[in-house]
Amino acid sequence: MYTQALNAGAVGAGQPPGEDAALLARFQERVDADQRIEPNDAMPEAYRRTLIRQISQHAHSEIIGMQPEGNWLTRAPSLRRKAALLAKVQDECGHGLYLYAAAETLGIAREELVDQLLTGKAKYSSIFNYPTLSWADIGAIGWLVDGAAIMNQIPLCRCSYGPYARAMIRVCKEESFHQRQGFEIMLTLARGTSAQKAMAQDALDRWWWPCLMMFGPPDAASQHSDTSTRWKIKRFSNDELRRKFVDATVPQAHFLGLTLPDPDLRFDADSGHWEFGAIDWDELRRVIAGDGPCNADRIAARRCAHEDGAWVREAALAFAAKRQAKQAA
Amino acid sequence: MTEPKIPLWEVFIRSRNGLAHKHVGSLHASDATLALQAARDLYTRRGEGLSIWVVPSHAITASDPADKGMMFEPAASKIYRHPTFYDVPDEVGHM
Ligand SMILES: [Fe+2]
Ligand SMILES: [Fe+2]
Repeated sequence: MYTQALNAGAVGAGQPPGEDAALLARFQERVDADQRIEPNDAMPEAYRRTLIRQISQHAHSEIIGMQPEGNWLTRAPSLRRKAALLAKVQDECGHGLYLYAAAETLGIAREELVDQLLTGKAKYSSIFNYPTLSWADIGAIGWLVDGAAIMNQIPLCRCSYGPYARAMIRVCKEESFHQRQGFEIMLTLARGTSAQKAMAQDALDRWWWPCLMMFGPPDAASQHSDTSTRWKIKRFSNDELRRKFVDATVPQAHFLGLTLPDPDLRFDADSGHWEFGAIDWDELRRVIAGDGPCNADRIAARRCAHEDGAWVREAALAFAAKRQAKQAA
Repeated sequence: MTEPKIPLWEVFIRSRNGLAHKHVGSLHASDATLALQAARDLYTRRGEGLSIWVVPSHAITASDPADKGMMFEPAASKIYRHPTFYDVPDEVGHM
Protein backbone atom coordinates (compact mmCIF):
# COMPACT_ATOMS: atom_id res chain seq x y z
CA MET A 1 0.00 0.00 0.00
CA TYR A 2 1.50 3.37 0.86
CA THR A 3 4.16 1.10 2.30
CA GLN A 4 4.23 -1.58 -0.32
CA ALA A 5 6.81 -3.66 1.55
CA LEU A 6 8.94 -4.02 -1.52
CA ASN A 7 12.35 -3.05 -0.25
CA ALA A 8 14.68 -5.91 -0.89
CA GLY A 9 16.87 -7.18 1.92
CA ALA A 10 13.97 -7.71 4.23
CA VAL A 11 14.04 -6.82 7.86
CA GLY A 12 12.69 -9.40 10.22
CA ALA A 13 14.64 -12.48 9.27
CA GLY A 14 16.10 -13.55 12.57
CA GLN A 15 17.35 -11.49 15.46
CA PRO A 16 20.73 -9.87 15.80
CA PRO A 17 22.99 -12.03 17.93
CA GLY A 18 22.82 -11.21 21.60
CA GLU A 19 19.19 -10.19 21.59
CA ASP A 20 17.63 -11.86 24.53
CA ALA A 21 15.18 -14.66 23.74
CA ALA A 22 13.39 -13.80 26.96
CA LEU A 23 12.92 -10.23 25.80
CA LEU A 24 11.42 -11.49 22.54
CA ALA A 25 9.03 -13.77 24.37
CA ARG A 26 7.97 -11.01 26.79
CA PHE A 27 7.48 -8.64 23.88
CA GLN A 28 5.33 -11.13 21.98
CA GLU A 29 3.25 -11.69 25.11
CA ARG A 30 2.55 -7.97 25.37
CA VAL A 31 1.59 -7.78 21.70
CA ASP A 32 -0.63 -10.85 22.02
CA ALA A 33 -2.36 -9.25 25.00
CA ASP A 34 -3.12 -6.24 22.76
CA GLN A 35 -0.95 -3.91 24.81
CA ARG A 36 0.32 -0.91 22.90
CA ILE A 37 4.08 -0.59 22.52
CA GLU A 38 5.36 2.90 23.35
CA PRO A 39 8.60 4.63 22.26
CA ASN A 40 10.77 3.87 25.28
CA ASP A 41 9.51 0.33 25.81
CA ALA A 42 11.85 -2.58 25.20
CA MET A 43 11.32 -3.93 21.68
CA PRO A 44 13.12 -6.30 19.33
CA GLU A 45 15.51 -4.55 16.98
CA ALA A 46 13.70 -6.02 13.97
CA TYR A 47 10.38 -4.57 15.18
CA ARG A 48 11.99 -1.14 15.44
CA ARG A 49 13.57 -1.39 11.99
CA THR A 50 10.43 -2.74 10.34
CA LEU A 51 8.41 0.13 11.77
CA ILE A 52 10.95 2.78 10.80
CA ARG A 53 10.89 1.46 7.26
CA GLN A 54 7.11 1.19 7.06
CA ILE A 55 6.24 4.49 8.75
CA SER A 56 8.84 6.45 6.78
CA GLN A 57 7.71 4.92 3.46
CA HIS A 58 4.21 5.93 4.42
CA ALA A 59 5.37 9.48 5.23
CA HIS A 60 7.34 9.78 2.00
CA SER A 61 4.26 8.66 0.07
CA GLU A 62 2.15 11.44 1.61
CA ILE A 63 4.81 14.01 0.77
CA ILE A 64 5.42 12.86 -2.82
CA GLY A 65 1.66 12.38 -3.16
CA MET A 66 1.21 16.15 -3.06
CA GLN A 67 2.84 16.46 -6.49
CA PRO A 68 0.37 14.77 -8.87
CA GLU A 69 -2.52 16.71 -7.34
CA GLY A 70 -0.57 19.92 -6.88
CA ASN A 71 -0.15 19.81 -10.65
CA TRP A 72 -3.83 20.86 -11.05
CA LEU A 73 -4.13 23.44 -8.27
CA THR A 74 -3.78 26.44 -10.57
CA ARG A 75 -6.09 24.92 -13.18
CA ALA A 76 -8.99 23.70 -11.04
CA PRO A 77 -12.23 24.43 -12.91
CA SER A 78 -13.88 26.51 -10.15
CA LEU A 79 -13.06 28.26 -6.91
CA ARG A 80 -14.95 25.57 -4.99
CA ARG A 81 -12.83 22.82 -6.53
CA LYS A 82 -9.66 24.81 -6.05
CA ALA A 83 -10.30 25.46 -2.35
CA ALA A 84 -11.11 21.77 -1.78
CA LEU A 85 -8.02 20.56 -3.63
CA LEU A 86 -5.78 23.02 -1.81
CA ALA A 87 -7.17 21.80 1.52
CA LYS A 88 -6.64 18.18 0.48
CA VAL A 89 -3.04 18.72 -0.61
CA GLN A 90 -2.38 20.56 2.65
CA ASP A 91 -3.84 17.60 4.55
CA GLU A 92 -1.49 15.22 2.74
CA CYS A 93 1.45 17.35 3.85
CA GLY A 94 0.10 17.13 7.39
CA HIS A 95 -0.16 13.34 7.11
CA GLY A 96 3.47 13.20 6.04
CA LEU A 97 4.49 15.31 9.04
CA TYR A 98 2.47 13.29 11.58
CA LEU A 99 4.10 10.16 10.21
CA TYR A 100 7.66 11.51 10.19
CA ALA A 101 7.13 12.45 13.85
CA ALA A 102 5.90 8.92 14.61
CA ALA A 103 8.98 7.42 12.91
CA GLU A 104 11.26 9.73 14.88
CA THR A 105 10.00 8.28 18.17
CA LEU A 106 11.85 5.10 17.12
CA GLY A 107 15.18 6.90 17.28
CA ILE A 108 15.82 8.16 13.76
CA ALA A 109 16.28 11.86 12.97
CA ARG A 110 14.00 13.78 10.63
CA GLU A 111 17.00 14.91 8.62
CA GLU A 112 18.03 11.31 8.04
CA LEU A 113 14.53 10.38 6.86
CA VAL A 114 14.42 13.30 4.43
CA ASP A 115 17.86 12.38 3.21
CA GLN A 116 16.79 8.80 2.51
CA LEU A 117 13.97 10.10 0.33
CA LEU A 118 16.07 12.65 -1.55
CA THR A 119 18.87 10.19 -2.26
CA GLY A 120 16.44 7.55 -3.50
CA LYS A 121 17.40 5.17 -0.70
CA ALA A 122 13.83 5.06 0.61
CA LYS A 123 10.76 3.99 -1.35
CA TYR A 124 7.35 5.57 -1.57
CA SER A 125 4.10 4.28 -3.03
CA SER A 126 4.26 3.35 -6.72
CA ILE A 127 0.96 5.12 -7.39
CA PHE A 128 2.50 8.60 -7.26
CA ASN A 129 4.79 7.85 -10.18
CA TYR A 130 1.89 8.12 -12.62
CA PRO A 131 1.08 11.47 -14.27
CA THR A 132 -2.10 13.50 -13.84
CA LEU A 133 -2.98 14.22 -17.47
CA SER A 134 -6.44 15.75 -17.08
CA TRP A 135 -8.68 17.30 -14.43
CA ALA A 136 -10.56 13.99 -14.23
CA ASP A 137 -7.39 12.43 -12.78
CA ILE A 138 -7.94 14.57 -9.69
CA GLY A 139 -11.35 12.97 -9.32
CA ALA A 140 -9.91 9.50 -9.89
CA ILE A 141 -7.13 10.03 -7.34
CA GLY A 142 -9.47 11.22 -4.60
CA TRP A 143 -11.98 8.46 -5.25
CA LEU A 144 -9.60 5.56 -5.91
CA VAL A 145 -6.18 6.36 -4.45
CA ASP A 146 -7.57 7.85 -1.24
CA GLY A 147 -10.18 5.09 -1.20
CA ALA A 148 -7.42 2.49 -1.31
CA ALA A 149 -5.44 4.40 1.30
CA ILE A 150 -8.42 4.38 3.66
CA MET A 151 -8.79 0.58 3.30
CA ASN A 152 -5.19 0.23 4.38
CA GLN A 153 -5.12 2.91 7.06
CA ILE A 154 -8.22 1.97 9.05
CA PRO A 155 -6.71 -1.29 10.37
CA LEU A 156 -3.46 0.58 11.08
CA CYS A 157 -5.36 2.61 13.71
CA ARG A 158 -5.10 -0.59 15.81
CA CYS A 159 -1.43 -1.21 15.06
CA SER A 160 0.62 -2.37 18.05
CA TYR A 161 2.92 0.67 17.98
CA GLY A 162 1.19 3.53 19.84
CA PRO A 163 2.55 6.58 17.99
CA TYR A 164 1.81 5.02 14.58
CA ALA A 165 -1.71 4.03 15.60
CA ARG A 166 -2.41 7.52 16.98
CA ALA A 167 -1.10 9.20 13.83
CA MET A 168 -3.36 6.92 11.77
CA ILE A 169 -6.42 7.92 13.78
CA ARG A 170 -5.79 11.58 12.94
CA VAL A 171 -5.13 10.71 9.29
CA CYS A 172 -8.28 8.61 8.94
CA LYS A 173 -10.44 11.40 10.35
CA GLU A 174 -9.18 13.72 7.62
CA GLU A 175 -9.15 11.17 4.83
CA SER A 176 -12.86 10.70 4.21
CA PHE A 177 -13.38 14.17 2.75
CA HIS A 178 -10.61 13.38 0.28
CA GLN A 179 -12.43 10.41 -1.14
CA ARG A 180 -15.79 12.16 -1.21
CA GLN A 181 -14.47 15.21 -3.05
CA GLY A 182 -12.86 12.90 -5.62
CA PHE A 183 -16.06 10.94 -6.13
CA GLU A 184 -18.02 14.19 -6.49
CA ILE A 185 -15.64 15.33 -9.25
CA MET A 186 -16.12 11.99 -11.04
CA LEU A 187 -19.89 12.17 -10.64
CA THR A 188 -20.05 15.70 -12.04
CA LEU A 189 -17.99 14.66 -15.06
CA ALA A 190 -19.93 11.42 -15.55
CA ARG A 191 -23.19 13.37 -15.63
CA GLY A 192 -21.76 16.10 -17.85
CA THR A 193 -21.26 16.33 -21.61
CA SER A 194 -20.09 13.28 -23.54
CA ALA A 195 -16.60 14.79 -23.66
CA GLN A 196 -16.60 15.12 -19.85
CA LYS A 197 -17.82 11.57 -19.43
CA ALA A 198 -15.09 10.34 -21.77
CA MET A 199 -12.56 12.22 -19.65
CA ALA A 200 -13.79 10.46 -16.51
CA GLN A 201 -13.66 7.08 -18.25
CA ASP A 202 -10.14 7.73 -19.50
CA ALA A 203 -8.99 8.60 -15.98
CA LEU A 204 -10.56 5.44 -14.58
CA ASP A 205 -8.92 3.37 -17.34
CA ARG A 206 -5.49 4.69 -16.44
CA TRP A 207 -5.78 4.65 -12.63
CA TRP A 208 -7.63 1.39 -11.97
CA TRP A 209 -4.81 -1.11 -12.31
CA PRO A 210 -2.12 1.02 -10.60
CA CYS A 211 -4.58 1.39 -7.70
CA LEU A 212 -4.91 -2.37 -7.35
CA MET A 213 -1.11 -2.55 -7.29
CA MET A 214 -1.03 -0.11 -4.36
CA PHE A 215 -1.84 -2.97 -2.00
CA GLY A 216 1.50 -4.56 -2.78
CA PRO A 217 2.51 -7.95 -4.17
CA PRO A 218 0.21 -10.97 -3.82
CA ASP A 219 0.36 -12.72 -0.44
CA ALA A 220 2.24 -15.68 -1.89
CA ALA A 221 5.10 -13.39 -2.94
CA SER A 222 5.13 -10.97 -0.03
CA GLN A 223 8.26 -11.13 2.10
CA HIS A 224 7.31 -9.30 5.28
CA SER A 225 3.77 -10.33 6.04
CA ASP A 226 4.41 -13.08 8.57
CA THR A 227 6.42 -11.16 11.14
CA SER A 228 4.35 -8.02 10.61
CA THR A 229 1.18 -9.96 11.31
CA ARG A 230 2.66 -11.63 14.38
CA TRP A 231 3.66 -8.21 15.72
CA LYS A 232 0.26 -6.75 14.88
CA ILE A 233 1.71 -4.12 12.60
CA LYS A 234 -0.35 -5.57 9.79
CA ARG A 235 -3.85 -6.87 10.47
CA PHE A 236 -4.93 -7.86 6.97
CA SER A 237 -2.93 -9.32 4.10
CA ASN A 238 -2.34 -7.47 0.82
CA ASP A 239 -4.80 -9.69 -1.02
CA GLU A 240 -7.48 -9.31 1.65
CA LEU A 241 -7.26 -5.52 1.50
CA ARG A 242 -7.23 -5.53 -2.31
CA ARG A 243 -10.35 -7.67 -2.38
CA LYS A 244 -12.14 -5.37 0.08
CA PHE A 245 -11.23 -2.41 -2.09
CA VAL A 246 -12.53 -4.03 -5.28
CA ASP A 247 -15.76 -5.11 -3.59
CA ALA A 248 -16.37 -1.58 -2.31
CA THR A 249 -15.38 0.22 -5.51
CA VAL A 250 -16.99 -1.76 -8.34
CA PRO A 251 -20.56 -0.76 -7.38
CA GLN A 252 -19.43 2.88 -7.11
CA ALA A 253 -18.05 2.73 -10.66
CA HIS A 254 -21.36 1.29 -11.84
CA PHE A 255 -23.21 4.10 -10.10
CA LEU A 256 -21.06 6.54 -12.07
CA GLY A 257 -22.01 4.71 -15.27
CA LEU A 258 -18.35 4.02 -16.01
CA THR A 259 -16.76 0.77 -17.14
CA LEU A 260 -13.88 -0.81 -15.24
CA PRO A 261 -11.02 -1.63 -17.61
CA ASP A 262 -11.08 -5.35 -16.80
CA PRO A 263 -12.82 -7.76 -19.20
CA ASP A 264 -12.48 -10.57 -16.63
CA LEU A 265 -14.30 -8.72 -13.87
CA ARG A 266 -17.37 -10.66 -12.72
CA PHE A 267 -19.46 -11.05 -9.62
CA ASP A 268 -19.13 -14.44 -7.99
CA ALA A 269 -22.47 -15.16 -6.34
CA ASP A 270 -21.07 -18.06 -4.30
CA SER A 271 -18.33 -16.09 -2.57
CA GLY A 272 -20.15 -12.75 -2.74
CA HIS A 273 -16.99 -11.13 -4.11
CA TRP A 274 -16.02 -9.46 -7.37
CA GLU A 275 -13.42 -11.57 -9.17
CA PHE A 276 -10.92 -9.50 -11.10
CA GLY A 277 -8.40 -10.23 -13.86
CA ALA A 278 -4.65 -10.75 -13.57
CA ILE A 279 -2.54 -7.83 -12.33
CA ASP A 280 0.61 -6.95 -14.26
CA TRP A 281 3.14 -7.45 -11.46
CA ASP A 282 6.00 -6.66 -13.82
CA GLU A 283 4.65 -3.15 -14.15
CA LEU A 284 4.64 -2.77 -10.37
CA ARG A 285 8.20 -4.07 -10.14
CA ARG A 286 9.34 -1.65 -12.84
CA VAL A 287 7.68 1.36 -11.20
CA ILE A 288 9.05 0.46 -7.77
CA ALA A 289 12.52 -0.05 -9.23
CA GLY A 290 12.45 3.53 -10.52
CA ASP A 291 11.23 3.01 -14.04
CA GLY A 292 7.71 4.46 -13.79
CA PRO A 293 6.49 7.34 -15.94
CA CYS A 294 7.31 10.05 -13.36
CA ASN A 295 9.86 8.64 -10.87
CA ALA A 296 12.68 10.95 -11.91
CA ASP A 297 10.42 14.04 -12.02
CA ARG A 298 9.01 13.39 -8.56
CA ILE A 299 12.40 13.12 -6.87
CA ALA A 300 13.80 16.05 -8.86
CA ALA A 301 10.87 18.25 -7.78
CA ARG A 302 11.28 17.18 -4.14
CA ARG A 303 15.03 17.87 -4.20
CA CYS A 304 14.46 21.24 -5.80
CA ALA A 305 11.90 22.20 -3.12
CA HIS A 306 14.31 21.08 -0.40
CA GLU A 307 17.25 23.02 -1.83
CA ASP A 308 15.15 26.11 -2.51
CA GLY A 309 14.04 26.05 1.11
CA ALA A 310 17.56 25.79 2.52
CA TRP A 311 18.00 29.55 2.98
CA VAL A 312 14.73 29.74 4.93
CA ARG A 313 15.84 27.03 7.36
CA GLU A 314 19.21 28.67 7.68
CA ALA A 315 17.74 32.13 8.31
CA ALA A 316 15.24 30.80 10.86
CA LEU A 317 17.99 29.03 12.82
CA ALA A 318 20.26 32.08 12.66
CA PHE A 319 17.45 34.28 13.93
CA ALA A 320 16.69 31.88 16.78
CA ALA A 321 20.40 31.77 17.75
CA LYS A 322 20.69 35.57 17.65
CA ARG A 323 17.65 36.03 19.86
CA GLN A 324 18.86 33.42 22.31
CA ALA A 325 22.24 35.14 22.55
CA LYS A 326 20.51 38.47 23.20
CA GLN A 327 18.37 36.98 25.95
CA ALA A 328 21.41 35.38 27.56
CA ALA A 329 23.33 38.67 27.53
CA MET B 1 27.10 19.82 3.67
CA THR B 2 25.07 18.68 6.65
CA GLU B 3 22.60 21.26 7.87
CA PRO B 4 22.22 21.88 11.61
CA LYS B 5 19.19 20.11 13.08
CA ILE B 6 15.96 21.97 13.71
CA PRO B 7 14.69 21.43 17.28
CA LEU B 8 11.72 19.16 18.12
CA TRP B 9 8.66 20.49 20.00
CA GLU B 10 5.73 18.73 21.65
CA VAL B 11 2.31 20.18 20.92
CA PHE B 12 -0.59 20.33 23.42
CA ILE B 13 -4.06 21.54 22.52
CA ARG B 14 -7.05 22.52 24.65
CA SER B 15 -10.18 21.64 22.74
CA ARG B 16 -13.34 23.70 22.92
CA ASN B 17 -15.03 21.35 25.38
CA GLY B 18 -13.17 22.81 28.35
CA LEU B 19 -10.85 19.88 28.99
CA ALA B 20 -7.17 20.29 29.88
CA HIS B 21 -4.50 20.67 27.21
CA LYS B 22 -3.79 17.30 25.63
CA HIS B 23 -0.71 16.09 23.81
CA VAL B 24 -1.45 15.81 20.09
CA GLY B 25 1.95 15.27 18.50
CA SER B 26 5.24 16.91 17.72
CA LEU B 27 6.91 19.06 15.09
CA HIS B 28 10.19 20.72 14.20
CA ALA B 29 10.69 24.50 14.41
CA SER B 30 13.65 26.80 14.95
CA ASP B 31 11.98 28.81 17.73
CA ALA B 32 8.83 29.04 19.84
CA THR B 33 7.05 31.54 17.57
CA LEU B 34 7.47 29.35 14.51
CA ALA B 35 6.58 26.27 16.53
CA LEU B 36 3.25 27.87 17.52
CA GLN B 37 2.49 28.84 13.93
CA ALA B 38 3.40 25.39 12.64
CA ALA B 39 1.27 23.79 15.36
CA ARG B 40 -1.66 25.95 14.28
CA ASP B 41 -1.24 24.82 10.65
CA LEU B 42 -0.56 21.21 11.46
CA TYR B 43 -2.92 20.38 14.31
CA THR B 44 -5.87 22.81 14.15
CA ARG B 45 -6.97 22.89 10.51
CA ARG B 46 -10.51 21.91 11.51
CA GLY B 47 -11.07 23.96 14.62
CA GLU B 48 -9.66 21.30 16.94
CA GLY B 49 -8.63 23.73 19.62
CA LEU B 50 -8.83 27.10 21.33
CA SER B 51 -5.38 27.16 22.89
CA ILE B 52 -1.99 25.69 21.98
CA TRP B 53 1.08 24.99 24.09
CA VAL B 54 4.39 24.14 22.49
CA VAL B 55 7.16 22.73 24.68
CA PRO B 56 10.72 21.91 23.62
CA SER B 57 10.86 18.10 23.65
CA HIS B 58 14.13 18.12 25.57
CA ALA B 59 12.43 19.99 28.42
CA ILE B 60 10.22 17.01 29.21
CA THR B 61 11.34 14.55 31.87
CA ALA B 62 9.64 11.20 31.47
CA SER B 63 9.39 8.22 33.78
CA ASP B 64 11.30 5.17 32.63
CA PRO B 65 9.08 2.27 31.47
CA ALA B 66 11.53 -0.07 33.23
CA ASP B 67 10.53 1.56 36.55
CA LYS B 68 6.85 0.91 35.96
CA GLY B 69 6.65 -1.57 38.80
CA MET B 70 8.37 0.65 41.35
CA MET B 71 6.41 3.72 40.27
CA PHE B 72 2.88 2.41 39.95
CA GLU B 73 2.61 -1.01 41.59
CA PRO B 74 2.24 0.35 45.16
CA ALA B 75 -1.01 2.06 44.16
CA ALA B 76 -2.52 -1.21 42.97
CA SER B 77 -2.60 -2.75 46.47
CA LYS B 78 -4.24 0.25 48.15
CA ILE B 79 -7.82 -0.60 47.43
CA TYR B 80 -8.91 1.43 50.48
CA ARG B 81 -8.29 4.52 48.34
CA HIS B 82 -11.43 3.68 46.38
CA PRO B 83 -14.99 4.36 47.54
CA THR B 84 -16.15 0.81 46.86
CA PHE B 85 -13.85 -0.43 49.67
CA TYR B 86 -16.27 0.92 52.28
CA ASP B 87 -19.58 -0.64 53.28
CA VAL B 88 -22.52 1.72 53.55
CA PRO B 89 -25.95 0.10 54.11
CA ASP B 90 -28.40 0.45 51.21
CA GLU B 91 -30.89 2.22 53.50
CA VAL B 92 -28.54 5.19 53.70
CA GLY B 93 -29.05 5.81 50.00
CA HIS B 94 -26.60 7.32 47.58
CA MET B 95 -23.37 8.62 49.09
FE1 LIG C 1 -3.04 11.08 3.21
FE1 LIG D 1 -5.75 11.66 1.33
